[in-house]
Amino acid sequence: MNRRSVVKGALAGAAVIGFPGIVRAQAGAIKIGHLTPLTGFLGALGGYAVMGIKMAEEEINKAGGVMGRPLEVMSEDSVNPATAAVKAQRMLDQNGATVLMGEINSASAQTIMQVAARTKRLFMSIGARSDVLRGANCNRYTFHVDIPVTVMVNAAGQALMREGLVKGKRIYSLTADYLFGHDLSKAAKAFFAANGGTHVGDELVPTDATDFSPYLLKIRQARPDLVATNLAGNQVTNFVKQYAEFGLPFAVAGFNLNTADAWAAGEGNLTGIWPTVWHHDLDVPASKAFAAAFTKKHGKPPENHAWIEYVSLKMMAQAMSETKSTETEALIGYFEKETQFDILKARKGYFRSWDHQLMQEAYPFTVKAKGEAKDKWDFLKLGAAVPAPDQPLEVLAPTKQQSACKMA
Amino acid sequence: MQLMFLLEQVVNGLVLGGYYLLIALGLSLIFSVGGIVNLAHGAFYAFGAYASVEITRHLGFAPAIVLSPVAVGLLGILFERFILRRFYTADPILSLLVTFGLALVAEQLIRILWGAAPLSATLPQGLKGAVVLGDFLFSRYRLLLLAIVAMVLVGIWLLLHKTSFGRVVRAGIQRPDMVAALGIRLQPYMTTVVVLGVGMAALGGALFAPITIVHPAMGAEIITVAFVVVVIGGLGSFWGVVLAALLVGVVRGVTIHFVPAAGEASMYVLMILVLLFRPRGLLGERIEKFE
Repeated sequence: MNRRSVVKGALAGAAVIGFPGIVRAQAGAIKIGHLTPLTGFLGALGGYAVMGIKMAEEEINKAGGVMGRPLEVMSEDSVNPATAAVKAQRMLDQNGATVLMGEINSASAQTIMQVAARTKRLFMSIGARSDVLRGANCNRYTFHVDIPVTVMVNAAGQALMREGLVKGKRIYSLTADYLFGHDLSKAAKAFFAANGGTHVGDELVPTDATDFSPYLLKIRQARPDLVATNLAGNQVTNFVKQYAEFGLPFAVAGFNLNTADAWAAGEGNLTGIWPTVWHHDLDVPASKAFAAAFTKKHGKPPENHAWIEYVSLKMMAQAMSETKSTETEALIGYFEKETQFDILKARKGYFRSWDHQLMQEAYPFTVKAKGEAKDKWDFLKLGAAVPAPDQPLEVLAPTKQQSACKMA
Repeated sequence: MQLMFLLEQVVNGLVLGGYYLLIALGLSLIFSVGGIVNLAHGAFYAFGAYASVEITRHLGFAPAIVLSPVAVGLLGILFERFILRRFYTADPILSLLVTFGLALVAEQLIRILWGAAPLSATLPQGLKGAVVLGDFLFSRYRLLLLAIVAMVLVGIWLLLHKTSFGRVVRAGIQRPDMVAALGIRLQPYMTTVVVLGVGMAALGGALFAPITIVHPAMGAEIITVAFVVVVIGGLGSFWGVVLAALLVGVVRGVTIHFVPAAGEASMYVLMILVLLFRPRGLLGERIEKFE
């Protein structure tokens, strides 16, 4: 008997007897199968995802539900790609889920997409950002809400170019060693190559790494002009804290940072230029109203995953109400019409018909100078929305020629 | 130059090993004396980190480093008195299940008390930054951390080898029946060992809170590393754990130097190799009651 078999046995036991899900249905409720990581290196983000979608559920039901029926969101921990697929299948077959929504982990989103394609049921992939999901691996049953990595790289990249940190500069990257990180690294390399930067190193970092000191030593040994990170979840927080601890002098930027990771890093540790999809002080009245309501309810401002889950359920409810249907084909048709949705931003968003990617504004952000923050949630400084108001929303996303998406 | 870089990784690995040591040593002590593999050890590490963040908010960083292990140590008294004590003579599988269950409960308790989102904790400004010694770069804070670990290590060694307390504990490890025959009750000693063990884990949590993410699952993450260290070093051996902790730190650093993606896997490979050639661990002692 050793520890591993004990842990494995106990986990298997927990998987079998525990977590029965929320299966008590209200009469006539429209059930939404919601999967998101609640443990592991993306667990902190998933916590916000659940708060966001629950808030939308409450508001919709208070206003009379959809077609007179209440919505019932069944949220579960997706754990890992294999478990995510099993749970997705079970939610459809046994728990009566009408559609699937959620996910942050790109690898788990991919396995749920396969379930959606196989069962011909709708999956709204909310927080996963890998390009391949809406590129080579796209399918007609999946819609993607969060910005793809190409947009994240372009959003932060344009700001980096304005600061003169790209052309002729030596760049060192750290990359999360899973689907999303690899994808992000590919987009970042293409961006730097196209704009005159040289990569002097790009190292893969395991997702469970907590100590970054050996990587920091390698960065110092390489003496780059810019450290550009392609990390994810807890990795970003650990990297940012330890970079500040070692006090290395090189400029920092990154192509992925969620507000929760920044908050966890703490004021005074974070520097550099990063992209985001939404931030709670975005200067749009509807967005401010949402942030205020969320803060009142939870005692802290919403993170970008709370916002995106909130608007996603609102879009799904709108689609069901307008089509007066929960049928997959009717909903796909509604989204594919490129219907415009209010997503609490200055410009409305729409799903592009040929790759099912939501077209929306993104933002670069930097860090406020010391003493400027009003509270511990307030040290990020949001830049102007990209694309600029006079440009089409699609300019930062891969074009149809660049994309590998071919829907049957 | 390449050699210098490699050497830098070795030295940095030694520093990191000191941190692993804080968590692994308590685990090893509790096993040696009580025969219990404490799967809840990581929970005390997490409690230490969370307590230090709370204390830092009110009293500052230095008091947090001292008070957090003390507070968690007190928790350790309850843990030993009401839970562990019932399992010293029971089937080992029972204590495994109980402590594993406790680890899950503790993680969930942290989620309930502090929320799933990580807490933010930062270093005092004066401790940030690096010191360059010769060609080597050190984080100023980690040098302080190393000094604290060294002091704790010396303290524990003196306690175990130069005091009557230590003599009883060491005798209790090998022949608890003889100790009992001499009219010495082992139970208060066991309580003290558990308090020291979980206190060290809490100190590790408090010291690492400012430089890693403080989140509910942090205990589950560290317990794996701590076990690997104890298994490599050999159960029951003080110097075995020291050696293994430093070795794991160095092997990880050197692996990252050459194959960054294999950084976390390196310690498991090391463990497999050690177990293949020395199933008892590097310096593992033969403990009669476990044979």
